[in-house]
Amino acid sequence: MTIHDIQEEIVDEFSMFDDWMQRYEYIIELGKSLPLIEEQFKTDENIIKGCQSKVWVHAEEKQGKIWFTADSDAILTKGIIAILIRAFSGQEAKAILEANTDFIDAIGLKEHLSPTRANGLVSMIKQIKMYALAFETKNQ
Amino acid sequence: MLDLQKIRADFPILTQKVNGKPLVYFDNGATAQKPQVVLDAITKYYSEINANIHRGVHTLSQWATDAYEESRGKIQKHLNAKHAHEIIFTAGTTHGINAVANGFAALLQPGDEILVSAMEHHSNIVPWQMLCERTGAVLKVIPMNEKGELIRSEYEVLLSEKTKIVTVNHISNALGTINPVDYIIQKAHEVGAAVLIDGAQATPHLKPDVQALDCDFYVFSGHKVCGPTGTGILYGKEAWLNKLPPYQGGGEMIATVSFEKTTYADLPHKFEAGTPNIAGGIVLGTAIDYLNEIGFEAIAAYEHELLAYATQKLEQIEGLRIIGTAEHKTSVISFNVGNIHPYDIGTIVDKLGIAVRTGHHCAQPVMDFFGVPGTVRASFAFYNTKEEIDIFVEALQKAVMMLS
Repeated sequence: MTIHDIQEEIVDEFSMFDDWMQRYEYIIELGKSLPLIEEQFKTDENIIKGCQSKVWVHAEEKQGKIWFTADSDAILTKGIIAILIRAFSGQEAKAILEANTDFIDAIGLKEHLSPTRANGLVSMIKQIKMYALAFETKNQ
Repeated sequence: MLDLQKIRADFPILTQKVNGKPLVYFDNGATAQKPQVVLDAITKYYSEINANIHRGVHTLSQWATDAYEESRGKIQKHLNAKHAHEIIFTAGTTHGINAVANGFAALLQPGDEILVSAMEHHSNIVPWQMLCERTGAVLKVIPMNEKGELIRSEYEVLLSEKTKIVTVNHISNALGTINPVDYIIQKAHEVGAAVLIDGAQATPHLKPDVQALDCDFYVFSGHKVCGPTGTGILYGKEAWLNKLPPYQGGGEMIATVSFEKTTYADLPHKFEAGTPNIAGGIVLGTAIDYLNEIGFEAIAAYEHELLAYATQKLEQIEGLRIIGTAEHKTSVISFNVGNIHPYDIGTIVDKLGIAVRTGHHCAQPVMDFFGVPGTVRASFAFYNTKEEIDIFVEALQKAVMMLS
């Protein structure tokens, strides 16, 4: 599936919920199910410091595709990371670089990706794109 | 006794809805809401008086100057300062601390010591660290105990003739501890050190008497005492303010300027370079008047009631740990629940209309001391109510349920 298709699928899933509480409960569930980053990658080097919650992200390239694992000390942040990873992990660098995150707006979580929000997510997206750029440059 | 209904009606923002719920504003430690008289005073200034001060001969300029100086007089009276020219208008507490720290650069030798406390806001740490880098002075830290109280015996050991300035907050923003500043000042003076008191968190709750305290500097922010943002006060004893070189150069702070030599203006203008926040300075006086009309004794008594009520309610929540349990405390409750991240709690209760602060509160050393990444902080003002505390506790329980 392309990033776009996955994003559509996520938007569909979220459209089932009537109110913010159900959406947040689902995000918390997703946070709990996030495939955890291996401890060895939870280094200071891999940490993205938001003002309040810490975010770790690790990337690997396998057969031309980039795979991400991540973690956060805040569960809501973790839930949104799970959503982002679902959209971006296992994709090609070029597709990741071209993709946007507008779907977050469509699922009613826009405020979490606002650059002023102190949760580290904006920096995480930047980091995901940086990894993609690095792998793409390396392979050229 | 406070007339809560009347007081709440003074604050238009309190009738707002946030995320579809009535606003419960418990982030007063970050900034206080503004009463209608303050809002009106801002409009009045810009619609009737606006002119530059201390310069023009025209009538408007005279009005603006009079209003600005009248406000200075109000603040002098409020702090019980000896002279009006000991009251310097600043942009806020941070500005005031930086002005003093910068001035001390000229007075320090390598090896001199500066004492800060373990519970300072970054604003009362970083300017002094920068000063140490410039001068070779050494920063020493007065430790605190598990309750969030400064340890007196340790403080006395740290004091010596090397100590040049002691700089502590009157009330801790992260913990709510009311520090024994009279004792701190007295001990520091015994070794000849100057004392700066950061009153940012104290001035919303009490009326400091700078002469009785005998502090050398007292700084606070206008926006935390129901005044406009970008305003603040640096009080300094006349002798100290004369001794310190000016912080910024520019207009208003000069007596004469030539390309060979500039002489500085007298106090307070020496520390007020450039066109100040005239409206802000004037309206800060209005805000102080408003608080004095309600009365600080009544405010403190009522806020204490809110603190006791909220503490008792919150302690019933399983796994809740209050950070900062000093015997003398103001209406601030910092806490965590189990291992739930404060950010998660803050986000959920926000959805329920409640504004609390989460994070390290610009006091990372305090968080490190207690071994937490941050806390949730509810800070109450005189316009808050017990009903709001009930709403908050209920929302918190909901959040904890969702997040555990």
